[in-house]
Amino acid sequence: MSIFSKRLGAALLGVGLAVGSVPGAWAQTTLLNVSYDPTRELYKQYNAAFAAHWKAETGEDVTIQQSHGGSGKQARAVIDGLEADVVTLALEADIDAIVAHTKKIPDNWRELLPNKSTPYSSTIVFLVRKGNPKGIKDWGDLIKDDVEVITPNPKTSGGARWNFLAAWAWADKQFGGDKVKVAEYVTTLFKHVPVLDTGARGSTTTFVERGIGDVLLAWENEAWLALEELGPDEFDIVAPTLSIYAEPPVALVKGNAEAKGTEKLANAYLEYLYSKEGQNLAAKNFYRPSDPSVVDQKLLEKFPKLELVTIEAFGGWKKAQPEFFGDGGIFDQVYKPGN
Amino acid sequence: MSSRAFKNPISESAPVRLTLIFIVLAFLALFVLTPLLIVFKEAFGKGSGEYVAALQEPDAVSAIRLTLLVAAIAVPANLLFGVAASWAIAKFEFRGKAFLITLIDLPFSVSPVISGLVYVLLFGANSFLGPFLKSYGIQVVFAVPGIVLATIFVTFPFVARELIPLMQDQGTGDEEAAISLGANGWQAFWYVTLPNIKWALLYGVLLCNARAMGEFGAVSVVSGHIRGLTNTMPLHVEILYNDYNVVGAFGVASLLALLALLTLVLRTILETRYGSELSAGQKH
Repeated sequence: MSIFSKRLGAALLGVGLAVGSVPGAWAQTTLLNVSYDPTRELYKQYNAAFAAHWKAETGEDVTIQQSHGGSGKQARAVIDGLEADVVTLALEADIDAIVAHTKKIPDNWRELLPNKSTPYSSTIVFLVRKGNPKGIKDWGDLIKDDVEVITPNPKTSGGARWNFLAAWAWADKQFGGDKVKVAEYVTTLFKHVPVLDTGARGSTTTFVERGIGDVLLAWENEAWLALEELGPDEFDIVAPTLSIYAEPPVALVKGNAEAKGTEKLANAYLEYLYSKEGQNLAAKNFYRPSDPSVVDQKLLEKFPKLELVTIEAFGGWKKAQPEFFGDGGIFDQVYKPGN
Repeated sequence: MSSRAFKNPISESAPVRLTLIFIVLAFLALFVLTPLLIVFKEAFGKGSGEYVAALQEPDAVSAIRLTLLVAAIAVPANLLFGVAASWAIAKFEFRGKAFLITLIDLPFSVSPVISGLVYVLLFGANSFLGPFLKSYGIQVVFAVPGIVLATIFVTFPFVARELIPLMQDQGTGDEEAAISLGANGWQAFWYVTLPNIKWALLYGVLLCNARAMGEFGAVSVVSGHIRGLTNTMPLHVEILYNDYNVVGAFGVASLLALLALLTLVLRTILETRYGSELSAGQKH
């Protein structure tokens, strides 16, 4: 054996020892919650709270694994075999996709948990530069000549679809349902968008860190988080007169949980979201709780009261998705890149 | 004609040479040095205490471990494969050799996203193999095996690509001499071939390792992004950055940058010391 090969062998052995064992986290009871991007902070806190609650209740230790990504991408991963016990996604349509492709979630999943399986909700608000220099108060101000609007691409981003529908709903009310005028408004609005990012976090980064644009159309919870993490001295939140009631629903992935024997635990995990502690944590992380009566009044103060239109006004996601965002749909008609 | 042939090839005037050198240095500073400095500046942005804490955070530790584990499997596998493939290609004649070389190069020309998706299609829940393996309790995609497979795929040309030109250059003369003196095949390989290629081999392993630890695209597709379980270092960097955790993101990134620097230093040492032995490997 040459010196070289001895050394090489030693080096490889060294690497092998350094690695040691792969974390044996599956040995104890674990749950996998597959979620979308902006819930990272919420579930970090909620998982710790639930683990403590479960320990007190049953004496069992439970570890909750967390996976985050774009909502559509996460649904795709569950369809392709990511063994989620529960999914907590941005859009009903993404959970429906799992239902359609795998049958691991029952058809009637929206009826299995309170408030149509929506423990917390959010809405779309405006994040503007400190002091609101462009004087943006409502949707109509977004198409003023010198205003640049940042929103992600509705083709790829769940949040962006809510943005689009919220703008549509406002214009629909403003113009008394005149479809031509509504389409004109939305077309003009998208002419004020210099960059279409693929996801909500990408848009936040564009607005906050690259300093592009005068107003960011954002999830209320993302706007608050950006404000808190990146500087209350730099931004203000503006609530428009009308916005959309955005429901990020949750569901048990029955097929996976049954196979892993975690069904009871996974159900308890989702139900606890509706408890006093779960609701307070949601509010603390800037999600609007579904049951405000159990939530500390101070936490509720930061949610401005505004008129909220639901997706049902658009005939539900099953109708709105193809009509607005399908190929050749309304978005394709109003948005012409480079115009 | 002949007078031009003997002209000093470096005939440009001093200003031209200086300008060229300046352009090269400016480019290097702008595109290589500045980003590198920013990584370390951001990593230590809130002091070295925060930096150390960021690297000791359990999810970061598990990402580092997973990355080391993946490299510890992928690199030796590709070492074995690379030596075997280049040995076969350089020392023997057979039909379809050119095709085999093209196949080995394939991962270089395929987008990493595709490399990842291929494994999802092969081993995912809707594939042919996925449910079969699942019935034996083996989970491939969205688990460590999938990450290892994807990494092996994207790093698989590095060793072979380094060795093939060198071994072809060296020919089979040394081995023939060894065998005519009574060595068996194994002895010829161990005592003759291997010492001839050792530096190029180490060089290939270095490149392979750097890529194995740094791969993002293919691994991202098969990872499932479960924190503390299936996130490698590059994936963890992205997650931390999106979490507004700049110190953590650049802290982990600084480890990857250190790895790159280390690779670079070792590479430079190898090139200056054993340049002639390696030179054949630089032709492609």
